[in-house]
Amino acid sequence: MLLGPALTLSALLFAIGVVGVLIRRNAIVLFMCIELMLNAVNLTFVALSRYHGVGGQLMVFFVMAVAAAEAAVGLAIILAVFRHTASVDLKSNTLLQG
Amino acid sequence: MADTIFMSLGTIAVLSAVFCILQRNALASAIWLVLTMLALAGMYLILGAPFIAAIQVLVYTGAIMVLFIFVIMLLNLGEGGSDIRGPVGKAVGLVLTVGLGSFLLRLGGYDPARLAFELTGTTDLSPAAVFSAAEAGRQAAESQGVVGAVAGPLFSTYLVPFEVTSILLLAAIIGAVVLAKRKV
Repeated sequence: MLLGPALTLSALLFAIGVVGVLIRRNAIVLFMCIELMLNAVNLTFVALSRYHGVGGQLMVFFVMAVAAAEAAVGLAIILAVFRHTASVDLKSNTLLQG
Repeated sequence: MADTIFMSLGTIAVLSAVFCILQRNALASAIWLVLTMLALAGMYLILGAPFIAAIQVLVYTGAIMVLFIFVIMLLNLGEGGSDIRGPVGKAVGLVLTVGLGSFLLRLGGYDPARLAFELTGTTDLSPAAVFSAAEAGRQAAESQGVVGAVAGPLFSTYLVPFEVTSILLLAAIIGAVVLAKRKV
């Protein structure tokens, strides 16, 4: 019965992903932390799919498709930002600070 | 035995995730994240989802992380200065995360019996009776194979989300091409 340990691990991984998003300024590392959070949620889906049937595994399938689309578009945006500012550090992207 | 392997894979996943967010070098972060995802694939195997484990290795470690590493190398992001925020940012981040983490960690107290109780509101039914869909899924996996058990519902119950995913991927392809062209 691995439900409790799986949910604990997924909570830990999600919290680590949140820490990463909050303390890093490198846009690419931020993206990787978002992937980490998506993975943590996937672990929850798979752990619960043992009890709720195969629907949870299908949700993981869709989350992965969304993650792949998000990575492709997000990295293209980072490339475009890099061409403008020659940096992926969010400190140098302060257009909205006025 | 399976529990021991699961817990060691979980330890590997959590430790490499911590190393991932603390590495100054973006490439090292990416490699640690690959290790996290491989450990997660092993955990999916133990949790009885071999198809998802294979997809995890193929899509996440095989495609998405390669894309990340490709971009990191393309931009030539070496050891610059540290991009970790200052003490105020760290403190705010840690406070928010400890709050969120302690809230989420209460999920660890769940077991099948408690899940069944919260779904039905009674303790009369055994977990096996409440979660009959799980038993049906296991039987489907035995008769149709692990891929068939996932593919059956995917192309019947979840057909509309599946088709919507294809539109999403098409939009992502067009968006990525437009954004990555030289003139934005």
